[in-house]
Amino acid sequence: MKVLVNGDWRDVSSDLLATALQELGYRESVFATAVNGTVVPSSARTEATLREGDRIEVLAPMQGG
Amino acid sequence: MSFYGVELRSRLMLGTARYPSPAILAESVKASGAQVVTVSLRRESGGERAGQGFWSIVSELVRDLGLRVLPNTAGCHSAKEAITTAHMAREVFGTRWIKLEVIGEDDTLQPDVFGLIEAARVLIADGFEVFPYTTEDLVVAGKLLDAGCQVLMPWGSPIGSGRGLNNVFGLKALRAHFPHVPLVIDAGIGVPSHAAQAMELGFDAVLINTSVALARDPVRMATAFGKAVQAGYDGCLAGPMEPRDMAAPSTPIFGKAVFE
Repeated sequence: MKVLVNGDWRDVSSDLLATALQELGYRESVFATAVNGTVVPSSARTEATLREGDRIEVLAPMQGG
Repeated sequence: MSFYGVELRSRLMLGTARYPSPAILAESVKASGAQVVTVSLRRESGGERAGQGFWSIVSELVRDLGLRVLPNTAGCHSAKEAITTAHMAREVFGTRWIKLEVIGEDDTLQPDVFGLIEAARVLIADGFEVFPYTTEDLVVAGKLLDAGCQVLMPWGSPIGSGRGLNNVFGLKALRAHFPHVPLVIDAGIGVPSHAAQAMELGFDAVLINTSVALARDPVRMATAFGKAVQAGYDGCLAGPMEPRDMAAPSTPIFGKAVFE
């Protein structure tokens, strides 16, 4: 199914956020996620289900002032 | 000085953006003596490692120097956006501290103080310890304190402008109205003398970033800022003299020779 990941449409086969993120290459990294504007903590990713067209934000540490 | 019960020796806080290299960032942090560094969150694609690389450098500094990180909500233009970003930052950085920015105007990056107060209320109810990036407006400051903020971060001038303290009168009034609230000048500091001036006015600390990161020699500039903050702080504690309009000879007149 197609989901919008950080503004880009991507195809994922899994309907679970945790495994979809692995498919997308997010492995052993420090990051935070939100689906459709709602934060999904890492502890909840294995149970968070995805639907066609969901908007996923994946944010990582970055320099800031 | 303490923020939310955390005692700090250094009154200089340093941003981590726009340095020529990670190594110069690390050296600048060390040279500044800062104990708090600001960080942020941005999108990262799978397989990309930029954020992870940055975080490993900061983590090393945190471990070696005992630093605390202060995540920001930079770039957020609404309370909702800032609240969501703050929650994501809490998970990634493992801290309740959040430098709350809600931007209201793009040319000046002036805070949207209405969204700021709204977001501060929500985040404090959610257990955050909020450092609001605000203006020197007394009414807004009062409302942020009513919302539960225990630190305020008024701007000196627009972010990255290097213009120093644009409204000294307003900043003095803020200091005078809230004598016991930790006040940090955030944004607009361009040179060490600006930082010293802020400290001489009685502010508790300054947060700088661009003025160090874009200096020809960032490490040397970080050292200079560390000294300026300490000098300004000592100058404030020492009790500056009152300025006057007329000259007053510093060398005694009494005993001066007469040749005519």
